[in-house]
Amino acid sequence: MSLLDVSELTVRSADGRALVSGVSFTMEPGARLGLIGESGSGKSLTALAIMGLAPAGMTVSGSVVLDAPGLVRTEVVGAAERRLNGLRGRAATVVFQEPLTALDPLMKVGHQLAEPLRRVRGLRGAALRKAVLAALEEVRLTDPGRIAKAYPHEISGGQRQRVAIAMALACEPALLIADEPTTALDVTVQAEVLALLDGLVSARGMALLFISHDLAVVSAVTDDVLVLKDGEAVESGRVLDIVNTPRHPYTRDLVGSARQLDSALDWSRR
Amino acid sequence: MSQTNIPGPIKATDPDSTVPAARRRGSATLLIGCVLAGAVVAVAIVSLFWVPFAPEDTSGGRLAPPGPPHLLGTDKLGRDLLTQLMIGARVALTAGIGSVALGGILGVAGGLLAGFATRWLDDTISALLDILIAFPTLLLAMLVVAAREASLSSAILAIGLAMSAIVARLTRVLVKRVLAQDYITASRTSGTSWPRVVAEHVLPNIWPTLLVNLALQLGLAVLAEASLSYLGLGAPPPNASWGRMLQEAQATVLTAPLGAIAPGVLLVVLVVGVNLVADGLRDVADPTRRRTR
Repeated sequence: MSLLDVSELTVRSADGRALVSGVSFTMEPGARLGLIGESGSGKSLTALAIMGLAPAGMTVSGSVVLDAPGLVRTEVVGAAERRLNGLRGRAATVVFQEPLTALDPLMKVGHQLAEPLRRVRGLRGAALRKAVLAALEEVRLTDPGRIAKAYPHEISGGQRQRVAIAMALACEPALLIADEPTTALDVTVQAEVLALLDGLVSARGMALLFISHDLAVVSAVTDDVLVLKDGEAVESGRVLDIVNTPRHPYTRDLVGSARQLDSALDWSRR
Repeated sequence: MSQTNIPGPIKATDPDSTVPAARRRGSATLLIGCVLAGAVVAVAIVSLFWVPFAPEDTSGGRLAPPGPPHLLGTDKLGRDLLTQLMIGARVALTAGIGSVALGGILGVAGGLLAGFATRWLDDTISALLDILIAFPTLLLAMLVVAAREASLSSAILAIGLAMSAIVARLTRVLVKRVLAQDYITASRTSGTSWPRVVAEHVLPNIWPTLLVNLALQLGLAVLAEASLSYLGLGAPPPNASWGRMLQEAQATVLTAPLGAIAPGVLLVVLVVGVNLVADGLRDVADPTRRRTR
């Protein structure tokens, strides 16, 4: 029984261009898959289509089946909004690239984090406040009391992304989709957030769909990888196999440029 | 910049620890505005319980100069000017608040509808709003008066209807802009229902801009009511209105200037006060503006 079964997923824009065409993959519970490709290759759109949230005007065809434990097995494509809403959060949720825009600018961080906690765990009052602080501590934020009272623009980028991760985890999803979660961060903060995400996903036994344009980042957190180019899956397999023996020219480019960076670093270390 | 000035790692700033300059300036504006508008409100409230003379009392003689018992003198019919001004404050505020309430409710409701609508419904509402905005307020007021009667409620209806189109168009744009934001998508990926998204994210995010605009519209509505009653389309006598007082004092402005100056000054005080309040609210209502600027 697969947690997520995507087959022949195609997303077309309003003028009929195929932005994602015929993408298929499956994810078992607890699996980790990297979705890699350059910007505009349809990575994020794939993520939104899995959530049933493709932008208005786009048509989605093919099949996306979510089968999370404790929830009804659901075909996402063409499902009713009410049905999908029950699924979002619990079956799967998304951590976005830019945490500044993914958090409501006019709502205090603690209040935003309380929303999924209240809905999913049914907490109220003092118990809810305690859960908010615990959730902030879980993502290694020091001084959670102060962070909870701050607005998103009053905390740093790394802190914001940790808050966004805490919000996603509060939904207790079976599948976490991380859409370039470290791209907007400083390099040093990137490594910390990546390690945090890695640890939390293992601790909770969640499945992780990790979207990135950076092969090095993807290979650090996932086992399998799917390479997208212009909306088509051009190659897939174990991360190690892809890195060692890339078959598709685009994958070879990706691996080549990652190698170049590596050797440049090696050279500078000498 | 010298090397020693490199800032350390950014830490969360405590929102309560410092009061930024912009916020203080915002509250100064707010304070002055509140004092000016509050003075007019106080006068209007007093007029509910006490006025020096009855509004239709013409016993003071025509165009009496200022001095006891008529502190500001009388108008060309012998009515006490101070009494007229006090009642005029009440009428001006009723007109302003009444039309903002009407225009605000209709406008925000229509704007929300258009903001969430897609394609043809959105296009239809937008076209209707454009027509309504292009329609002269004065003509609308004349139509309303013709259909009903020249009264304060007719003026409020006309001003409120005209205002609702402007408020609706603004609300529509604000809603569309908020709906395109990532945090709406982020909230929906966690399974938040549409009504909750509207209540928790859409309304709070359009509210600061909307509130400031409604406060500005209040000032405009007071001026609009003055214009309408200047033209005889507002509240009928014995209810005084600053607009009609200006019109009545026009012929005698050289012999008894106070009759024209006093309502004019009060009109300016109220409108400037309301506008300053609107400006002050802008900084207080939006937390993201408190730090910058």
